[in-house]
Amino acid sequence: MSLTDRLLGDRQRLAYIASQAADSRLNVELETEGMTLNIGPQHPATHGTLRIIARLDGEQVVWAEPSCGYMHRGYEKLAEVRTYPQVTSLVNRIDWLGSFANEVPFILAAEKLMGVEAPARSQHIRTILFELSRIANVSLFLGDLGVQMGAITPVFFAFRDREYVLNLIEGATGGRFHPNFDRIGGLKDDLPKGWIAETKAVMKKLRKFCDQIDDLLFGNEIFQARMRGIGVIPRDVALQYGLSGANLRASGVDWDLRRDQSLPMAWNKADWKVWTHPDGDSYARCWVRLQETRESTKIVDQLLDTIPSGPIMAKVPKIIKVPEGEAWVSTENPLGEMGYYVVSRGELGPFRVKIRSASFNNMSVAPWALRGVYVPDIVTILASLYFILGDIDR
Amino acid sequence: MMQVLALEVPYWGQSLLRVLGGIVAVLLPAGTIVYVFLFKMMSFMQSRLGPMEAGPYGSLQLVAEVGKWLQKEDIVPERADPRIFKMAPIVVLASTFLLVAVVPFGPDAWFTNFEAGVFYALAVSSLSVLGILMAGWASANKYSLLGGLRAAGQLIAYELPMVLAVIGVIIQAETMNLQQIVVAQNAGEIFGFSGLGNPYLITQLVGFVIFMIAVQAELTQAPFDMPIAESELVSGYMTEYSGFRFLMFFIGEFATAGVFALITSVLFLGGWGVPFAWFGWTDVDSVSNWMNIVGPIIMFTKMMLIVFIIMWVRFSSPRFREDQLQRFAWKVLIPVSLGNIAITSIFKVVM
Amino acid sequence: MPALLPNEKENPLSSAPEVITDVARESLLAEITAALGDRLAASHLRPADDLWLRVHTDAWKSSIRTLRDTLGFHYFCFLSAIDWMPSPFGRGEDDPTEPTPVRDTTIRSGYAGGATRMQVFVRIVNPVTHIGVTIKVDVDDAKPVLESLHDVYAGANWHERETHEMFGINFDGHPDLRNMYLPMDFEGHPLRKDFPLLARMIKPWPGIVDVEPLPGGGVDESADEA
Repeated sequence: MSLTDRLLGDRQRLAYIASQAADSRLNVELETEGMTLNIGPQHPATHGTLRIIARLDGEQVVWAEPSCGYMHRGYEKLAEVRTYPQVTSLVNRIDWLGSFANEVPFILAAEKLMGVEAPARSQHIRTILFELSRIANVSLFLGDLGVQMGAITPVFFAFRDREYVLNLIEGATGGRFHPNFDRIGGLKDDLPKGWIAETKAVMKKLRKFCDQIDDLLFGNEIFQARMRGIGVIPRDVALQYGLSGANLRASGVDWDLRRDQSLPMAWNKADWKVWTHPDGDSYARCWVRLQETRESTKIVDQLLDTIPSGPIMAKVPKIIKVPEGEAWVSTENPLGEMGYYVVSRGELGPFRVKIRSASFNNMSVAPWALRGVYVPDIVTILASLYFILGDIDR
Repeated sequence: MMQVLALEVPYWGQSLLRVLGGIVAVLLPAGTIVYVFLFKMMSFMQSRLGPMEAGPYGSLQLVAEVGKWLQKEDIVPERADPRIFKMAPIVVLASTFLLVAVVPFGPDAWFTNFEAGVFYALAVSSLSVLGILMAGWASANKYSLLGGLRAAGQLIAYELPMVLAVIGVIIQAETMNLQQIVVAQNAGEIFGFSGLGNPYLITQLVGFVIFMIAVQAELTQAPFDMPIAESELVSGYMTEYSGFRFLMFFIGEFATAGVFALITSVLFLGGWGVPFAWFGWTDVDSVSNWMNIVGPIIMFTKMMLIVFIIMWVRFSSPRFREDQLQRFAWKVLIPVSLGNIAITSIFKVVM
Repeated sequence: MPALLPNEKENPLSSAPEVITDVARESLLAEITAALGDRLAASHLRPADDLWLRVHTDAWKSSIRTLRDTLGFHYFCFLSAIDWMPSPFGRGEDDPTEPTPVRDTTIRSGYAGGATRMQVFVRIVNPVTHIGVTIKVDVDDAKPVLESLHDVYAGANWHERETHEMFGINFDGHPDLRNMYLPMDFEGHPLRKDFPLLARMIKPWPGIVDVEPLPGGGVDESADEA
């Protein structure tokens, strides 16, 4: 029995065979001339400036390849000439929809190298803000999903409800998009007065939003017809390509870094569930994200009740010098596993920072997943893989 | 109409009035649909207000938009076929104007009174495919080409269930004249009860549903908006158009929605008429003249109702994929409509 | 709730002074040592943190394939490289009117050692135990060529392309080493330390403002770097 067979569930295996058959399904009996379609870099489907070069045979894709780099900003090089606290303002801009979540793994890596640990209160608040940025990010994804398929109504609901979350993030950190709030050893400030009650009210609204999207999109027959069985990524392919986050869990891998890793964060103080889906198709990926948003609101609700008292900053020196060493910290960001490999030489700034962003790996599977699909499926598969261009190009 | 006004109008004058009436019958519904449904209803469905600045409650927004489009440069892509490129929106809009020609608005308020009116309407409505194909091909753009080809495939596929759905009505009314179909519905009775007439919505419910789905596809509205598909094909066959040529496509889209709604109301909802039994009328000649004024208003109301359904579906559904759309037409709609014809004919013969 | 590994405490950092024993990683290291044999050049274990390995250059692909097949490291996390030579330009904060100061550019490797300036490292994870390892390999400075991993992990394809354009390391057997980010005719390899950060070269750096001591601010007070 081959490795592929051992790792695949029955449903995945069937879909895998179907997608393999897609290759042979390509037009052989008619001598047709192919066409190269250039989708992007300026195109409504590419959230940013991703370019997809697709070789078409009629409506069917012979091969397609994303071509990125239109937004490469060279953060790995820039980080080498900045001090540790300055780097957070750079990495904020990687996944711009869930900015706070980008800062956390870097700060945790620096703290690990320094042997500092943030006080329990700031760990709690960090986790809450982390989950809020996940909600802000994924709720926009859920709305955008409809737009990719021509249903324009959900996106307005998404923008409306994301605004509540952004207001919360702004209330706590002062920045709606790029909070730059996390510090080595804790947080910049404590929570403002009344923030906790307001957050609870917003979490109720967000749960309602999830139900609304569930009704409006996920229950829609056309949506299901467009998503089910499309873009199947079996488990072994997902692991090989390093897919992470909801994309991996939708392929049936029960792995969530929030649960399976011990980080100085407060996820283990709340009671929540990791959702997986056996199918590995576009629908599964979107469904897992929807469930995760619901879980996130639950995490936030529970953590709000149990914020411990105490300081929000540990004792750290004014001028931060990080001792020599290497550290790898990754967290379960809205888009997937986001990690920083930080090499320190005992200086003010890092010697080398390798940014492992989720979308880069998630997109690298696209040439595999896009073979043999129809042109409209390009859009749904890419949307369900969920990338943010800043996260691919860094 | 002329008899109402008790005027002797020469033939050229009648023709002129007909042309003017046609323009009003196309543009007035189009403008109303755009404002009421596209600007306002869609906004309310999406928890926003829509245009509010131009005119009271944003009602002059459309005027502003038209002004904007007219000012824009008329761009023809360098490698496009300029003559065909420029002609395409005119062809699309022409099919709408030709379509409205057979729609009766009252006992005497019609533009032409064809004996084969249904036949003509269905034939003329597929002219727009030609325009769309021309636009898609002449734009020299791959998105446009894909959109044009999709549109051609889709419109041809949905033409068939549309025709088949109408055949049920023709069998029941025993005529292809749209005026006679209206009369047949309003003069008819249901099991001896003539207070409602006999709108074919009731007997031809299956046909009505199929017709509405086919209309949705003919209009390339979501969930059948594959040819435009803004998230993958940018704007399909309209990608390269700007300025007033885009405006013509835009008017064509919504005016055709209005005209198709008019035809639907004629075929299934009793058109301009009220049940004849209310006033003791028996046929079209005995209908009072004031129906020539009330009729268009009734038609307009019915049109708005039907367009409301079309737009409601449009704003709340995602779109099908091309192959699913074809499969739906050929494997579901056509067999069902053939079954509908068979059942209708059996009832017609037996009863 | 989260299934903690038996040897890990809730917060590994809070108990830093104690001696932490990491049974899972130690036994894993023993297994890896047995599986790789003399292909393994060095290893470094930080208890309750991470495990670093270094393999010989010629055994790069075969040892990773062994790890995947025998020890279940099916998950490919990332692949990148590191240039261990400190930058001759420092942090790009030199005064352009002054002569460039001479800096110490001695090459000093990190965990698990190494002999060359360039090292490629890859991180792979076992999706069952959720333990990952970072595997480094030396790359010859004169002839920076390495076997491609794309047929071991298909996902290595893009990472190797990125590493190729950023560090100038060639991957033998890679199907297409086109640039991902930069134009094809771009000269130089930006993430090498001897590639100057041009933004800092064109305009002089105004100074590191945020480490100037505030009046009356002590070192012990809570840090506020903003």
